[in-house]
Amino acid sequence: MTVTELLPLIGIPIVVAGFAFKFNPLLVVTVAGLATGLSVGMDLGTLLETFGEKFVNSRSLATFLLILPVIGLLESYGLKERAQDWIASLANATSARILMLYFVLRQFLGALGLTYIGGQAQTVRPLLAPMVEGAAVAKYGELPVPIRDKIRAHAAACDNIAVFFGEDIFIAFGAVLLMDAFLKENGITNIEPLHLGLWAIPTAIAALIIHMTRLTRLDASIRRDVEAWQKSAGQEVAA
Amino acid sequence: MKTLLTINEIYYLVGIIVMLLVGMTLRDKGNPKRLTTALFWFLFGAVFLFGDMLVAGLGKPLAYRIIGSVVVVISLIAGCGLLSAGSYKQRSAEERQASANRFGNWIFLPALLIPLITVLCTVLLKNVSVGGVYLLDQKQLTLAALCVASVCAILAGWKLTGGTPLQAVRESRRLVDAIGWAAILPQMLAMLGGVFVAAQTGKSVQEVVTLFVNPDNRFMLVVIYCVGMALFTMIMGNAFAAFPVMTAGIALPFLITGQHADPAPLVTIGMLAGYCGTLMTPMAANYNIVPAALLELTDKYKVIKIQIPTALTLLAANVLLMYFIAFR
Repeated sequence: MTVTELLPLIGIPIVVAGFAFKFNPLLVVTVAGLATGLSVGMDLGTLLETFGEKFVNSRSLATFLLILPVIGLLESYGLKERAQDWIASLANATSARILMLYFVLRQFLGALGLTYIGGQAQTVRPLLAPMVEGAAVAKYGELPVPIRDKIRAHAAACDNIAVFFGEDIFIAFGAVLLMDAFLKENGITNIEPLHLGLWAIPTAIAALIIHMTRLTRLDASIRRDVEAWQKSAGQEVAA
Repeated sequence: MKTLLTINEIYYLVGIIVMLLVGMTLRDKGNPKRLTTALFWFLFGAVFLFGDMLVAGLGKPLAYRIIGSVVVVISLIAGCGLLSAGSYKQRSAEERQASANRFGNWIFLPALLIPLITVLCTVLLKNVSVGGVYLLDQKQLTLAALCVASVCAILAGWKLTGGTPLQAVRESRRLVDAIGWAAILPQMLAMLGGVFVAAQTGKSVQEVVTLFVNPDNRFMLVVIYCVGMALFTMIMGNAFAAFPVMTAGIALPFLITGQHADPAPLVTIGMLAGYCGTLMTPMAANYNIVPAALLELTDKYKVIKIQIPTALTLLAANVLLMYFIAFR
């Protein structure tokens, strides 16, 4: 292999190093883009043109901003408080049980193609995270930031994992169509999108089993964290 | 055929909301970096408001060059740490609790309308036209539906709480400021992906990976394909970008042609191995970094850290599934 063949890879170490040294990601990505383009001999004008074109054509990624006003409004009128009160009134609700129920629903609806029924801005921030947190608060009272963050992060992770490994079963989903097109382009023509969706099921089941197993231990893990925190807080008071 | 609500109009709406936020930030004396914060969001909003006009007026090459330069300025503002959160007039905890008690579970309704209306519109308004005019953009149906749903939810929230849409935008400023630069990262990564395609980075990755391949060891080939998908997805932030590179480089020549693997389960599980990578990378900003900001986590990588155990176990499971299913 020659150096010229390796030059297009220059962006990769820049991205890895940039994240490792905690530079601002926007800057890291721009520098990686500039370095990659210039090292393979693109001129600055063409490179900026590529930047602009891709940025304009990917504006759909920012449409989640449309959801934020109503979430902000509802939160200022007590959405989180209500979510927590409601969960506290359900005797059997624990953080892990709420997450498990959400996981199953989200994965199942994803498999039916209803991926937009949930999402980080739509459901996790306004509903799921306050409820999961509320179940723990109802049990232990106010939580310290590290434990609170762990519970919230679990809510976000639950949404991601459930939808990632549910949506591929739906035959009209982008990934399935992409694979189908790729196989046809490369001369493999005897495969239908239905087959591709079908073979996503084993992994979907594996994801369900693996994450559910983790969630069954979550309540105990939260209890241990709270006990450790109460103990150390008690020692500080005593000292 | 005409369309009533096109994706471009949705971009205008995003642009208008961002510009309202810019105005509020400019007047926010409590923000230590209000001018640069406002400039950052102004430039971002301008791409939404004026992007299409620039392309129509100046032609693609020049318009894209201008926008490309704007993007570089945006990243410099963020890179120099010139973004800051502001001060927000918030209703007190007592007021919020009083509202929560007053509205009861009705407060959930506007929030639940978002997924509900989105799904209803996508299902019911697909290919629906009235008098030769499509109601929603058919190419971006879910986004158009999401836009309709958001507007309905804001109206329902107004009716319920009495808080106007303008107040809603004002309330969203603390969320948008909390997300900050992470809101733009997904688009920047799409941009980097574009440069990688133009520079043929995928081809180089393929060449490097094939150096490690022993074409006779079936299990190792499966491992390399799955782990390669996960790793390259982590770098690109997107399994869709990794899929053609890894599948053309490893799966087609070595596994399908060389080892006669069944293509359908092979590529499907390969793609899902890539998804395991998505769970472990900050490059998948919209799934991993934006939520950390939305949930106001101290550690921006906390969501990734929670996901890693599931992702690694599932990656191992995918290797085994691929090995036993594609060669059954």
